[in-house]
This record gives sequence, structure tokens and C-alpha cells, in this order.
Amino acid sequence: MSGPARGGASGTGAWSRVWRFGDAVNTDDILPGKYAPLMVGEDVFQRYAFAHLRPEFAAAVRPGDLLVGGRNWGLGSSREYAPQALKLLGVGGIVARSFARIHYRNLLNLGIPAFAAPELVDLLQDGDAVRLELDRGRLLWRRAGGEQESLALPEVPGFLREVLEEGSVLAFFKKHGRFPGEVPGGERPDEPDS
Amino acid sequence: MSGVEPAGGRWPSTLPAEPGVDLAGLTLAERILSVKAGRRVRAGEVVVVPVDQVMMVDSIAPSALAIVEDELGGVIQHPERVSVVVDHVAPASNVQVATTQQRVRAVARAKGLRLFDVGRGICHQVLMEEGLARPGWVVVGSDSHSTTYGAVAAFGTGMGATDIALAMVTGRTWLKVPETVRVRLSGRRRPGVAAKDVALEIVRRLTADGATYASIEILGATAFGAGERMTLANLAVEAGAKVGLVAPDEALRERYQVPPWLAVDEGAQVTGETEIDLAGVGPVLSVPFQVDNVHPVEEHLGVPVDQVFVGTCTNGRLEDLREVVRVLAGRPVAEGTRLLVIPASSQVLQDALADGTIAALVAAGASIGVPGCGPCMGRHMGVLAPGEVCVSTSNRNFVGRMGSAEARVYLASPAVAAASAAAGVVALPGRTPEAPAVDA
Repeated sequence: MSGPARGGASGTGAWSRVWRFGDAVNTDDILPGKYAPLMVGEDVFQRYAFAHLRPEFAAAVRPGDLLVGGRNWGLGSSREYAPQALKLLGVGGIVARSFARIHYRNLLNLGIPAFAAPELVDLLQDGDAVRLELDRGRLLWRRAGGEQESLALPEVPGFLREVLEEGSVLAFFKKHGRFPGEVPGGERPDEPDS
Repeated sequence: MSGVEPAGGRWPSTLPAEPGVDLAGLTLAERILSVKAGRRVRAGEVVVVPVDQVMMVDSIAPSALAIVEDELGGVIQHPERVSVVVDHVAPASNVQVATTQQRVRAVARAKGLRLFDVGRGICHQVLMEEGLARPGWVVVGSDSHSTTYGAVAAFGTGMGATDIALAMVTGRTWLKVPETVRVRLSGRRRPGVAAKDVALEIVRRLTADGATYASIEILGATAFGAGERMTLANLAVEAGAKVGLVAPDEALRERYQVPPWLAVDEGAQVTGETEIDLAGVGPVLSVPFQVDNVHPVEEHLGVPVDQVFVGTCTNGRLEDLREVVRVLAGRPVAEGTRLLVIPASSQVLQDALADGTIAALVAAGASIGVPGCGPCMGRHMGVLAPGEVCVSTSNRNFVGRMGSAEARVYLASPAVAAASAAAGVVALPGRTPEAPAVDA
């Protein structure tokens, strides 16, 4: 399944918008269980993203748009079709104060950049214009007044950066024949706090 | 009693009796992953470990199997270590679902996977009954409540379709070794206080993200039965945990062969510890719309209830159904309230038929559903209308979780659910149904 082209590569010149959410956005908010692909079809389920929380989202979101959330983004279910819906809609990335672990892993597996960055969450408002430049580790941000600012993105742990560079964990696995963070053929050095 | 005991004797272990690595000073999670990785590992390290059992449910199996087939070459490393459980929409609710399940069945048979079809029950209950989660095993499931396997000190954790597919094809998975938050239960439970109340108290204390990516090591659960431990481990994920491991004890060793190295090390380094005096825990509700929004039942007495749902991987076991009958004590379900009871498995249903529990429930006015997840995630068999209130023994009360986004779900123990069914309003067991409305 390939979604619309994601924004995020530098030099594209495309500006995206911020969709601002609150704390504890759960997987039932992102994609309610009753609209799972099993229930409504694998080709249409993404239309129900945020169906309860923000009904206008799925029709209005544009490729490259940035979601900004509060604490514990993505708590709840392990349903990969929640981040899959966001990927199909072309969401360029997610910035939140913190992430729930299963969802965070699903996001990274699918190649959706996710950053725990409370200091950015404090700044970014709904409707702000932004441009995600992953390879330069920064987010360009145009304030409401029009003034432009460059915001540093937090560094992604090494084994997760490997995944993002290949686009998804499947792409990584198919290319390298191993899991991210795994050293082929033996012991791998410790990577504490990664 | 909970339907999770082996037919005869103990479940044997497939793990080495000798760990082969130095485990001194390690938590339960670190011990399991060290033995699996073949080297001593600590919290924060990334390991790739063999998986003892892969579990997937009907709502995820289609995409996981499609990834296996289309992206990863189609060969499943150890088909005998893969279980497919049709429980999330079972029986099928429409042609779309039926067609997808038809495809999943065909693939499962062709590949020699273990298939537990419609009516066998809820994935976590079924795997426990079948001995497909054992102490020290690594079990990955396509369902967040796979933490349930921690009831027998299995490293059970939920993953998405991609990770499940990779685990099937490689027989392994990659994990960051989790930090550990220790929960120490002390004292004695008051009569009428359920494992569910204790589990919700743990979530209240830790909060919904208090154990993010951590292993919750639960000590002092010796007086909790096999099914009750499943309830404790089940709700660990509602505090954000990766796993919820109940400390192995004599009771566990009576049912399973437990490797000697799989034991709590009090000297292990943990990131937090909280002690819960069981004597101080009373009946509680998780109030909409967050699981950690836990309050004494007293604060919500009298709220009118449209539906009571008893079931799910949290509280659909025989002991839970019996508790409902005990609390109803011959009273019928209140006029205007529906009581829906869905046994967690066919085994639970059989046992509840054999001992008269089902007959008593039906006599009281309950509807009995096909063993499976029921309306828990809002797909079928009892979804809620706008404005409706449900007291449920399940595990999530998010907006729209059980149907309409304008419905409200209160999470409770089977006893509180039963008392509320009889009263037609939120009620406590042993109180009169005419309890005054405090917050209607």
C-alpha cells in the first residue's frame, strides 16, 4: 500500500499545516474500532481517521501535514491500521509531548516520523505553517505574523533512524535481512538509553 | 475455576533450567530477555530474541498475513508457534467481515497455523487455556492486552501487524529491554473487593502513562487466583506498560513447571516502586473517558444504566460469571436495563452451563453471547446508542469505544456490574437499589 507522497524532504519548498490535538489522544480517537479495515474495507478505512474527535480532518488533511499532540499520544490499541490510516492520508510526521509505546513503534515501523518534543508542542498552534526537513533535523515554522523560524528536532535513537532512512521497517528488513539495531552475525554493542 | 488449568498435571517448561548467563540483580523482564538473548542484558538495550508464540486476531490477521505473503516471501518459520483467533468480530457481522475471515481461515489452514475459530473464545483466554503462554516465554500478540500472559510470568506484549508478520517469518522479534516499575501488594483484600478493583487502583496510582514502556512487576499477588492474575496483568497496558509480570510463586509452580531462574530479585534496579495496601482498596469505577479516571463507586451511585456488559479478556471468566449470579442473589435485571453476558471462551461457557451459572443468568433476564470480544471495541453484539450508559467489566472507556461517541462506559468489577444490573443504576453489592443519586 503506498500513500500519497509525503512532504518532509528538504528543498521541496512545500509548506504544510499543523493539526493541533490535546493530551491522551488514543487509538480509538485516531481510528475508531468500528471503522477498522475489517469492518469497512481496506481501501476506505482511512476516511474515518479522527471521525469522532475531529470529523473534518480526513477530508481536509494534505500530504505532509504535521500532527501535534500532548502527553501520551496513541495510547490504547496495538492496531496498526490507526497509523496506517495517517500514512495513507499522507501525514508527514507527529510531534507530541510523549508517546504510548505500541503506537510509537507502529509509527516508526511504517516510516512516519514521530518526535517527543515538549518544547515544540508549546510553540506550534493549530493552522501554523511548517516544513519538516528530516535530513537537516529541523522544522521550519512560520509564525502567525509571517516570521520564519528554524526549530531543532530531537535526535532519533540510532536503531530507529535506521528504519526512517529506509522508509519503513519492512523496507529495512528486506534490504538488510536483519532487524534494526541488530548487528549481523553476533553480539551487538550495548546501546543503553536508546 | 477460571478455566486456565491444564487438563492434568502441570504445563511443562520448554526453557532451560540453567539460565546460562549471570542473572544476579536483574528484574523479571531482564531475566527473561537475557536467557532468550543468550547474554546478560539490562534495561535500555535492544535485543533480538526468539518468539515462543505469535498470536493474531481476526481484525489484524488479514494485513499481517498479506505482509507475509506480499512482502516477506510467504514462508512462516514455525507455523506451530502461530495462533490465529477469530474473536474480535465473531460471528461475522456483515459480508465484508465474513469474506475477510474466510480468506484468513484458508491461509491459516494452508500454512498449518493453529486456528481457533468463531466461538472458541477471546484470544488471551484461549491461549492460556491451551498452554500457549507459559512462564518465561516470549509471546507477541496483535492485541494490546497481550500483557495478560504476564499472569504466568510470560513476556506477553502487543504489537502491530508489521511486527507480527516479521515475527512469523523470522521466528524472532526485536525489543528494547524495558525498565521496571514494581507494584507491591500488601495486606488483605476486604470482602467484595475484586481483582478488577485492585487492577484499576494500580492504573490510578501509576496513571495512563506512568509505566510507559516499562515492565510492571507485581509482587504480593499470592492470594490472587489464576484468573484474577490475568485481570491484573491485562490492565497493565492501561498504565502504558510493555509487560505486566506477576511474580512467580508456589501457586504458579503448582500449575506450571517454572524455570528456577524465573524469580524476583529484590535487589534488582527498578525505576519506581509503589505499595498498595489491599485493605485500603474498595470497589471503584473507571469513569469516562479515560481508564485512569478511577473513583470510588460511592461517588457515582444512582447513575441510570442502560446496559451492563459482563465479559472480555479482563473479566469474562467462570469466577466472574459466578460472582454476577452471587450478587444478583435471585433478583431479576431491572426494568429498562439490559444485561449482556459473554463468556471469555467455550470452556468457560461449558463450565458455566455445567454448574448452573448460565441458567441462573438467563433466569435473571441476561442475554448470553457467543464467546468472543463482544461489543468491547464497538463493532457488534451490543453497541451503544447516543446518550446510553454502560457499566462494563471490560478495559477501555474511550470516547466511542463501544459504539456511539455520545455513549458513556463505566468500567467496573463483575460484582458492581451485577449490582448495577439489578438496580438499573450504578450500585454497590449489598446496598439497596434505592441508593440516592449523587451524580446523575
